[in-house]
Amino acid sequence: MKTLRELRQYPSAVAGLVIVAIFVVIAIYTVIALPYNEAIRLWRAGPGVWDNNARRAPPVWFDWFTSDRLPRTTIIPLDQATMTVEPIGGGMQRVEIAFDFDYLYDRFPKEMTVFVEAQLATARGSMSVHWRKPDGETITLVEGHEIRAASSYRVSQDMNLRAALGVTPHMGLFAQDLGVPADDMKLLRGDYQMLLRTELPEGDVFLERTRLVVFGQVEGYAGTDHQRRDIIVALLWGTPIALLFGIVAAVGAQVSTFVLAGIGTWFGGKLNAIFHRLTELNMILPFLAILIMFAHFYSRTIWTILGLVILLNIFSASMKTYHAMFLQAKELPYIEAAKAYGAGNFRIIFRYLLPRALPILLPQFVMIIPSFVFLEATLAVLGLGDPILPTWGKVINDAQSNSAMYMGQYYWMVLPAGLLMTIGLGFALVGFALDRVFNPRLRTM
Amino acid sequence: MQEILTRLGRHSLLRGASLLLTVLIAIYLTVVIANWGGAMDDARRAQIRFDVTQQIYANPEYFQLPQSELQRLVDERSEAQIRIEGLDRPFIERSLRYTRNAITLNLGRSEHIMGDTGSRMVRNILLDRLPSTLLLIATAELLLFFLALFGALFLSRRYGSFLDRLTIGLAPTSAAPAWFYGLFLILIFAAVLRVLPWGGMTEAPPPRDTLGYALSLLRHLILPVSAVIIGAIFSSIYSWRTFFLMYSSEDYVELAKAKGLSSRAIERRYILRPTMPPILTSFLLMLITMWMGAIVLETVFNWPGIGRLYYQAIQVYDTPIIVGVVVIFGYLLAVTVFLLDFMYAALDPRVRLSMGGGRR
Repeated sequence: MKTLRELRQYPSAVAGLVIVAIFVVIAIYTVIALPYNEAIRLWRAGPGVWDNNARRAPPVWFDWFTSDRLPRTTIIPLDQATMTVEPIGGGMQRVEIAFDFDYLYDRFPKEMTVFVEAQLATARGSMSVHWRKPDGETITLVEGHEIRAASSYRVSQDMNLRAALGVTPHMGLFAQDLGVPADDMKLLRGDYQMLLRTELPEGDVFLERTRLVVFGQVEGYAGTDHQRRDIIVALLWGTPIALLFGIVAAVGAQVSTFVLAGIGTWFGGKLNAIFHRLTELNMILPFLAILIMFAHFYSRTIWTILGLVILLNIFSASMKTYHAMFLQAKELPYIEAAKAYGAGNFRIIFRYLLPRALPILLPQFVMIIPSFVFLEATLAVLGLGDPILPTWGKVINDAQSNSAMYMGQYYWMVLPAGLLMTIGLGFALVGFALDRVFNPRLRTM
Repeated sequence: MQEILTRLGRHSLLRGASLLLTVLIAIYLTVVIANWGGAMDDARRAQIRFDVTQQIYANPEYFQLPQSELQRLVDERSEAQIRIEGLDRPFIERSLRYTRNAITLNLGRSEHIMGDTGSRMVRNILLDRLPSTLLLIATAELLLFFLALFGALFLSRRYGSFLDRLTIGLAPTSAAPAWFYGLFLILIFAAVLRVLPWGGMTEAPPPRDTLGYALSLLRHLILPVSAVIIGAIFSSIYSWRTFFLMYSSEDYVELAKAKGLSSRAIERRYILRPTMPPILTSFLLMLITMWMGAIVLETVFNWPGIGRLYYQAIQVYDTPIIVGVVVIFGYLLAVTVFLLDFMYAALDPRVRLSMGGGRR
């Protein structure tokens, strides 16, 4: 309690505590609002999960910083389209679906796709797709496009259409004038219509998931990646994982070192010598390389990695610091007194010796948390992140391996990296302040 | 002087020997971990089987034989070869054999990766890549050491100034590793400003003339070296400056001041000297993390060193290379500890005097 009050005197410590508290709140919110299994399902990005998202699109708030109105993704579902069914005899019917929409943005869309889902008596049918611009010009996009129970027509990837228009279809279809080079092409705003026309046996029906998607240039609060996944899922779930990994690893590694250093110093002799040799051995053990080797050969699951991190950090260099601390404490009169009243070895160690050095442990403990958080990210950046969990490091890795920076998609890397930095800074600020509270000698420096 | 030197020599020898033993144990542990699930054995067996199959199928004598007969031959010869190489021996014996091979970097041929010279020998590949890593890390660490040292000295003289408080405020930035700052540097200087290269060691193709080559190398060094320095400098300055302040309030410094020695002389003789051992220790710990950090740093910057080699080996499951790189890292760490230990002994009179046993 007294510590907290003292901490309040340091603005940096308050800032650090606030940062950490915000992350804890986000973590709790995430775990409740987006259950684990759901997050994993979303991140695995099975078929159909992210179909309505633009690929590699920056977050929507990018719009605030541009003078143009950036297009959002427009979805026109079947129940907002006009469907006309007309029997044409011979047990057949002609079905027309018209998707009408206003396009009032300042830039071209990123992509356009029609998804068709239908209950068909035969295995497949075919449709033609027509396009009407606000100025009344009509274009036939495709004739005889095959439809099945679930199929799609990806307008942007239609090579024939591209050849006919001379530019990427989603640009050409929204352009005022096709005769100019792609860079000078002006967008035509207004009321567009896409018409699907097909002849099917009577009784065949289109299902409500049939829709036209005009993909926007911005998407979601954190943008999307190469698999159209909303990065916010990973940013949210990365928070509890980062906190848990950092704190558990710090507790496991630092506290075990602390206790072992206490035991070693108290008993001295051979035990202490063994601990010291192990510490020196551990120093030469190429920690990260071994960790990577292990992750590569055996298991990349975050819990296994966590266990190994703790194991390899038990005899870390802090052992020496703690040893020096305990060596001084061991000679103090109150320990002598404890011995005199007949306290057992372990009672002395745990009740008298260890608490004495807590002021050294606590700041160290808080300050080491960020390095473990970054360690998880480091492994993920090397492609050795947990196979299923969405983490910040894995987003950075995706961004790296998909040349996000080269293609100007900075948000993809900056957002997770920024979160990593902020959480690291939060713990480091608290740690530094604790250090000054507990070790007043530094305060006068 | 003579006596001190012999003592220093004897101390170094003893330390060297004990470090060598430690390296042995570390490499043994590496081999055990690498072969825990039998990965090294499997790799070796697969290699043997592959070689034998190739030999038999390429041999014109066997062209007429039926498939089953060929298969029997492959099995038979692979088994024989496996016995020759001792792969059927108990684990303890195998692990010792692997350790001996690993120590001498006699790790045979890589499975997929080829060296710059086209060699497939693990040792050649490793030795090809080592100089780049040494160049990068040594440049970065030397710069870092001197920048931090002079920065700390400078700030200890201006204790409480704005710069001093700024450095303290920035010290927590060292929680992030170097590669992390590397990403941001690439973003700023390569992606947005387009003034410095994205990565790599030289332009492709490398310039022919020495001067052009050196300039190109320098240009490519700027970002990774800055990443290392940004990642560590503030906390180093902060903690070293604290050492300086602690020692500059000692009585003998006051006495020196009273004697009227110049502040330079005081700094050199009475402040720098006693603070060197703790500074070297903290530098050593930093260097150890830096060797490890090279793996990601080189990957991020496409720097053709052993760190990137390690990453590549992991991508293609090249077991011999993976073990080889871990061994090299073990050696690098040991050499670092040894060098620093030697300097430590040379600098700290107490260590010098308590060495050698004779006086104890």
